[in-house]
Amino acid sequence: MNGPHDLGGSHGLGPVAPETNEPYFHAEWEKRALGVTLSCGAFGAWTIDESRHARECLPPATYLSASYYEIWTRALETLLKRHGFVTQAELDGGHMLEKGTEPKRVLKADMVPAVLAKGGPCDRPVDARPRFVVGEQVRTKNFNPTTHTRLPRYARAKVGTIEAVQGSFVFPDDNAHGRGESAQWLYTVVFDGGEIWGKGADPTLTVSIDAWESYLEHL
Amino acid sequence: MSEHHHGHDHHDHDHHHDNHFTDMEARVKALETVLTEKGLIDPAAIDAIVETYETKIGPRNGARVVAKAWTDAEFADWLKRDATAAIASLGYTGRQGEHMCAVFNTADTHNLVVCTLCSCYPWSVLGLPPVWYKAPPYRSRAVIDPRGVLAEFGLRLAAETRIRVWDSTAELRYLVVPERPAGTDDLDEEELADLVTRDSMIGTGLALSPEASR
Repeated sequence: MNGPHDLGGSHGLGPVAPETNEPYFHAEWEKRALGVTLSCGAFGAWTIDESRHARECLPPATYLSASYYEIWTRALETLLKRHGFVTQAELDGGHMLEKGTEPKRVLKADMVPAVLAKGGPCDRPVDARPRFVVGEQVRTKNFNPTTHTRLPRYARAKVGTIEAVQGSFVFPDDNAHGRGESAQWLYTVVFDGGEIWGKGADPTLTVSIDAWESYLEHL
Repeated sequence: MSEHHHGHDHHDHDHHHDNHFTDMEARVKALETVLTEKGLIDPAAIDAIVETYETKIGPRNGARVVAKAWTDAEFADWLKRDATAAIASLGYTGRQGEHMCAVFNTADTHNLVVCTLCSCYPWSVLGLPPVWYKAPPYRSRAVIDPRGVLAEFGLRLAAETRIRVWDSTAELRYLVVPERPAGTDDLDEEELADLVTRDSMIGTGLALSPEASR
């Protein structure tokens, strides 16, 4: 979707403002937000792609003014309600009112080291051979789905070069919407700055994205 | 703990509701309370997650990877070919580091990593991302004005240096291997790791010189 999250190339958002000796957390609630978000991910009720899409669907004004832990928290509320784990009334009241969906698993403290060390690998085998080869010039497609995609707006309908075939991976555009993992080949595609930004682009700049096969077409 | 300053009842708050921080404090507390009452989360698991990222998984992991690559050509070659396996051999695996790619700075090319679409970051080697990495200014500008961004970090590259920006749009997580600073021939791996800053592994900085690290 062409949402507030798709920020590459936007102007006017201010200086980067790096913070010297930045702490990992700026408030206690951020720690809890991290832990609650990861704990709820362990339910197995939604995928990382669905959770990313929930974040993208926040109202633009909210998204752009929120810290990232706030974005996570607001999106988590959406996911928990969508999948029947909590109700809005419970969130409003701050207490349980009814039993909700049973999760596949509950993350207990003793499970944390193994769960974090395992992560969630997204590589999946596919039968087909890659359609593109290293060194080949390709054009990214022009599309504007209202649903989840990982092809940023700035990199649509641009000519680039296949730099690497990275393996085959879960396709987020389908997986975010419960349409299955639909694994595809993934390519690193590199573009000249001038192809993306046109006149005035930094002549020393190249930008790469990792693009699923269906984002690309032969020239 | 600051989260205990306010009760759950919205009427006894003394803060202003236009303040995101205090609102978020209440919101996260409500979430944690409801989920705990339902038996869906274990507060001790949350403590364990926080402790892991406060004390165990941070940029020191990545610094050790870089220092080894500087001192061991065979490892550097492995890191180039199969970063996931090479990094796993040092014990760094897991969440947001499942699929790794190491990109090496050279005399004429500087690498910079961003996630324009969200906040993808190599947690297994760098820990939790800094706020600026996840915020709109960096995400919007790194791909269009990398030199302007780098200048805000105090990094001014030569005009002819090529800049390669890696937008983390999939599940590959990128680790920049900065160039080894001059005058470090006598240092061992642990001493070299002291020179490898978090920012140098994102590309918003360079490795420190031995003088600068003292």
